[in-house]
Amino acid sequence: MSGSRIYGAYALCIVSLTALALLSVSIGVAQFDLRQLFTNPADLELLLLSRGPRTLAALLTGASLAVSGVIMQLLVRNKFVEPGTTGATEAAMIGLLVVTLLAPGWPIFAKMLAACITSLIGILGFLALSRVLPPTQPLLVPLVGLIYSGVLGAGVTFVAFQTDLLQYLGTWLNGGFSGVLAGRYELLWIAGGVTIAAYFAADRFTVAGLGPTTSRALGLPYRQVMAIGVTVIAIVTSLVVVTVGLLPFIGLVVPNIVSRLMGDNLRRSLPVVAAMGAGLVLFCDILGRVIRYPYEIPAGTVFGILGGIIFLWLLLGRRRNA
Amino acid sequence: MISIEALNHAAGTTQILHDITLTIPRGGLTALIGPNGAGKSTLLNLIAAQADVQSGRISVDDLDVATTPRTQLAQRMAVVAQRSDIASRLTVGDLVEFGRWPHSKGRLTPYDRAIASHALEVFDLTNLSHRFLDEISGGQRQRAFVAMAYTQQTDWLMLDEPLNNLDIRHARGLMGELARLVREENRSIVIVLHDLNHAAAWADHVVALDAGRVAFSGAPDQVLTAEALSTLYNAPIQTHMIDGRKVILHHR
Amino acid sequence: MPNMRIVLLAVLLVIFSATFLIWGLSGRIWFILELRAVKLSALIVVGCAVGVSTVLFQTISGNRILTPSIMGFDALFILIQTMLVFMLGGFGYTQLPQLAVFGGEIAAMVLASLALFTLIHRRSRHDLQMLILVGVIFGLMFRSMASFLQRVMDPSEFAVVQGAMFASFGGIDRVELLLAGTTIMLLSVGILRWASLCDVVALGRGPAQSLGVNYNAVERRLLIVITVLVSCATALVGPITFLGLLAASLAHALMRTHRHILLLPAAAMIAAIILVAGQALFERVLGLQSTLAVVVEFAGGVLFLILLIQGKIR
Ligand SMILES: Nc1ncnc2c1ncn2[C@@H]1O[C@H](COP(=O)(O)OP(=O)(O)O)[C@@H](O)[C@H]1O
Ligand SMILES: [Mg+2]
Repeated sequence: MSGSRIYGAYALCIVSLTALALLSVSIGVAQFDLRQLFTNPADLELLLLSRGPRTLAALLTGASLAVSGVIMQLLVRNKFVEPGTTGATEAAMIGLLVVTLLAPGWPIFAKMLAACITSLIGILGFLALSRVLPPTQPLLVPLVGLIYSGVLGAGVTFVAFQTDLLQYLGTWLNGGFSGVLAGRYELLWIAGGVTIAAYFAADRFTVAGLGPTTSRALGLPYRQVMAIGVTVIAIVTSLVVVTVGLLPFIGLVVPNIVSRLMGDNLRRSLPVVAAMGAGLVLFCDILGRVIRYPYEIPAGTVFGILGGIIFLWLLLGRRRNA
Repeated sequence: MISIEALNHAAGTTQILHDITLTIPRGGLTALIGPNGAGKSTLLNLIAAQADVQSGRISVDDLDVATTPRTQLAQRMAVVAQRSDIASRLTVGDLVEFGRWPHSKGRLTPYDRAIASHALEVFDLTNLSHRFLDEISGGQRQRAFVAMAYTQQTDWLMLDEPLNNLDIRHARGLMGELARLVREENRSIVIVLHDLNHAAAWADHVVALDAGRVAFSGAPDQVLTAEALSTLYNAPIQTHMIDGRKVILHHR
Repeated sequence: MPNMRIVLLAVLLVIFSATFLIWGLSGRIWFILELRAVKLSALIVVGCAVGVSTVLFQTISGNRILTPSIMGFDALFILIQTMLVFMLGGFGYTQLPQLAVFGGEIAAMVLASLALFTLIHRRSRHDLQMLILVGVIFGLMFRSMASFLQRVMDPSEFAVVQGAMFASFGGIDRVELLLAGTTIMLLSVGILRWASLCDVVALGRGPAQSLGVNYNAVERRLLIVITVLVSCATALVGPITFLGLLAASLAHALMRTHRHILLLPAAAMIAAIILVAGQALFERVLGLQSTLAVVVEFAGGVLFLILLIQGKIR
């Protein structure tokens, strides 16, 4: 892919993200006119307190989930995994559930920390599992991931069932941005920051994706890169679960689309991955707000359906003209 | 006799076989040669009805491959694919007994078992018959699949690169056994070979494919010339006569 | 001897069933016995359906760690059920004749899964990797749709769906049981006639075809059998994801044969034993009622992963 085409892609990302963001802040139940932003204080307040945070939250979530999806795929060396299908999310929920049960009064930050720690343990467990699988069967990895996250999910469900927290759990399961206000989403900035930090390690992740043998032959401290990657994924996953809930698919769909379009060199593709994740999540949030206006459909649910359709179309469509 | 008329085959938009018209004689050992990607496996799979004929016609003796029921075809022709990945965990003995399926449909008679155990002997597998397929070497597995096809006891035997992974003794043994089947049991064999010296030594008939077309075909003595082979493989190849046998040199 | 092991499994199943029936029996004996007999039959037919369908599914997919539910069957079931509750309202749903609901659910499951499979299969050809990926995606998608509907409904309707979502052997309907049980038993016994055909299908498409099997036709028929079995079992007690995985793996490990005439009954009986023993433990020892399936999921998944790591499953 030539340099000019890459800059073209970057430019396209920026333009469409800006357009989506403007669209997002103008849609909602309350009256809002962008042109009166600086003359009408109510509009400015709406933007700063509600619409703006919501838009930013969607962007940050999408970007960080998509990037953690890529990293997961490189670390496991399998295109068909993402934090949501390998137990990271369920593990984060275990942490949340435990804190909710044992110390319901803890501040959100403490809950998040607990979720982050259990999520980290969950990912490490999956990596240990994927290590012992025979490398000759690439399919085994995503399937084992599904079983593993199913086991963790069954654990969560059991506890929730026994303690009557099932519907409470359900609100996490459908990730959405309707509750986002200024003061309720700022943790996501950490996820954004971690994602940007990951960009500086992009080359390392790309090389780590070639496997331990090649990485070591190229002088890369493989374990260290793995540790960084796992930490990034755990932080992003737990932050997103705590603040907006479960958003399946993004980490799977976006990296696969981008990989097909521009390959796996992260230094080049990571910005596009982040932008596409951000854009798609924001788009789904906007869609969820307008489909049954004035009611809202959670962005995670819209993406679960829309992302599925895109992915299936990509997969099956490619076959037809292969 | 296998006769192929105006056979074209495409995968998606890629044309793999171009208008192939060819006859393969009965009662002989026919070597199918050609560079990687020439379409040998594709042709073999089409003859063996492993893939559907898109255009053209293939008939094996009096049977049109496209319309003959599989059960009937399986009693006429056995195939060993280039790659056989078997998901179920089978022993070598089990696998070879499956060769009797077209005849016995799962109810093995003593006669079926006798044939299977004979095949194990012929292909030097008796000692391995209780081993699982994933517990033996690649060459041993290759022989097990050939033994399974042999057990099918068909007029035609189609083998795609059966010498892969075989050591010199077993490669030679396999070719010798195939030649004996042709000579003594009047079977017909089509075999994809990369080792031209085996082709020169054992084949009665040679068909060379190049980029989906028949480059040449005929008796090995006549068609396996230095010029023809050098063109086919796009590499310098010499032929020599040593002790009255044609030897093909290409190593350097 | 594999044959001896089958007998052993049968004996175990009988012992567990008898224990289940008579353990702690007191008071209105006949009434309680009847209740328990209904529950026991449900456990056994569901075990049978799950075991047989998983073995068959693994045979056609050539993969030892796949189950129909990984391919989105259970999600489809939840979606269909949620849609029914959503369209009829929780009250309407419970008022409908159960026979009609049951029949409708099975028919919808069969139709939907066959349509999906045909679509996927036509597009992805014989690419197993693709097939599984697409199945998994469909599963996630159905789950999203179902959870969307669940979120929109009010808590009382949600309770109706929740009751259906987690397998429960407590509230078995006798008409349903009769209908689904008969279908399951007929299919499970009938499939034994195809046992040796299944042995050949397990070799894979290429080898099976060269042995004269019309693979596509057989594959389609087996899929219909699998769909009906899974539909009956899920409509009866809700989705059970990993039980089949566990039963099929244990059957393979225990029988150590490729022959379906032994594998199919073994898997069916193992699944039934797990359910009967688990339910007995749950009710009589732990005094819990409704979440057996969740525990079976958990324990089954863990045990399966352990087996996988130890290399007992390949
Ligand atoms: N499924 C497929 N899709 C597209 N091209 C294919 C497919 N299978 C084989 N080919 C192409 O068809 C040609 C012939 O393949 P094959 O018959 O396997 O060659 P050979 O056996 O002579 O090495 C090759 O160029 C190969 O790349
Ligand atoms: Mg080939």
